[in-house]
Amino acid sequence: MTDISPKNASRALRLSPDDNVLVLLSSAEAGEFVTVEGARIRMASALPLGHKVAARNIAAGEKILKYGVPIGSATRAISAGEHVHTHNLRSDYLPGPLEL
Amino acid sequence: MRAYLRPDGRKGIRNVIAVAYLVECAHHVAREIWWPYRGRGAHLIGFGGCYPNDYAFRMMAQLGRHPNVGAVLLVSLGCESFDREGLACLIRESGRPVETLVIQDHGGTRPTIESGRAWIEKTLTALEGSPRAEMGIDELIVGTICGGSDATSGITANPAAGRAFDLLIEAGATAIFEETGELIGCEHIMAQRAARPELAPELIACVNKAAHHYTTLGHGSFAVGNATGGLTTIEEKSMGAYSKSGRAPIVGIVKPGDVPPTGGLYLLDVVPDGEVRFGFANINDTAEIAELIACGSHLILFTTGRGSVVGSAISPVIKICANPETYRRMTDDMDIDAGRILEGKATLDGVGREIFDRIARTASGEPTASERLGHQEFALTYKSFQPLGPACLPGAIL
Repeated sequence: MTDISPKNASRALRLSPDDNVLVLLSSAEAGEFVTVEGARIRMASALPLGHKVAARNIAAGEKILKYGVPIGSATRAISAGEHVHTHNLRSDYLPGPLEL
Repeated sequence: MRAYLRPDGRKGIRNVIAVAYLVECAHHVAREIWWPYRGRGAHLIGFGGCYPNDYAFRMMAQLGRHPNVGAVLLVSLGCESFDREGLACLIRESGRPVETLVIQDHGGTRPTIESGRAWIEKTLTALEGSPRAEMGIDELIVGTICGGSDATSGITANPAAGRAFDLLIEAGATAIFEETGELIGCEHIMAQRAARPELAPELIACVNKAAHHYTTLGHGSFAVGNATGGLTTIEEKSMGAYSKSGRAPIVGIVKPGDVPPTGGLYLLDVVPDGEVRFGFANINDTAEIAELIACGSHLILFTTGRGSVVGSAISPVIKICANPETYRRMTDDMDIDAGRILEGKATLDGVGREIFDRIARTASGEPTASERLGHQEFALTYKSFQPLGPACLPGAIL
């Protein structure tokens, strides 16, 4: 697990080096640039803290990696900076009540 | 830490009188007996079912003999099938004062309430003289659970609780994590931490059983609030929940009511064995807390992102808030502000140490937020379990 020490705190966090999603450390506005590890990603929509955004362009069917492990698969193509959530990510295990 | 030394040699950090109803029909009378003493060490627990259930009996027996419990008052209607005499016998053999009031033999509601309150008055005085003994951190059993999780849980409070678990285990204590339904997706990573090769397939089997159970019932451990908070899939929630277990090797698996035989990290398998019956494995967080306590947990670490307010009967609950916005809204309900990690004001290691220190203070008698607010939640439902397999415990004879 990546330590979140004050020295590397930023608006978004990559929990593991292989991750293709970032976690927002505070809420962000559409069009705002979020910084992580020196890179800047433009937010496609306004999002609350804790939500995930794509760190790069992700193809449909690609595994979404968070904590360095797959947390499901992309159900459609996702562009860098786009919100990654129930509308474009589904579990590889259990169909949740959320896929409605 | 100054503990309460029980006649059976176990050491407790609280001196509780448990008032236990043995069927829902006795719940009101038990509650009336308990109510005036709820701030003076009396806690209300019970089982609502009328039909017998081995799991519920064992849970009540383990809770009645819990090290934090000094005395037990059993309240029975009279015609329910719970084995009240067997339960009273086990508690008496542990050396604890126990009284059974059978409402149908005692003249009904009012006389039973009067007798129950008189017994508690007398027993409170007797418990003031409970023998004390020194207790080390290595004698503690600590359970952990997360409830009302959001996407901050898995990056602040849960891994910080994991750091506290690592510190506890280094100090020789016993730590228990659970929620096998929230380990779906990380079973293979978890199995790599098995202290013995034969334990690894047992760990995977626990999670597969949970996945089967949830698939059969058509509902995973995933609530709408989890998604509002930014979590998308069960495996994502699982990785966050899993981080509560820290980094120590996993030395064994226990089932509800099994007290770990050694120090170290244990997984509590909460999902019933055999065909799926009696409905959901755990109807709420409180039912899981009761199981952790029945495994001997002296106290519970409860991490929350959305903001759970619960405490528990019998053992104190330390609330670790993952989300800084939730903490600001619900400060009075929380013990630890792990959201400072998100704000860059604290580190995981720092908050882990803070939790460890709070455990020592709680074990020394300092009330937690939920204790101050009078929380004493309790839930117990029907389940069925088979005994542990031989590979599950350290030192088991194979």
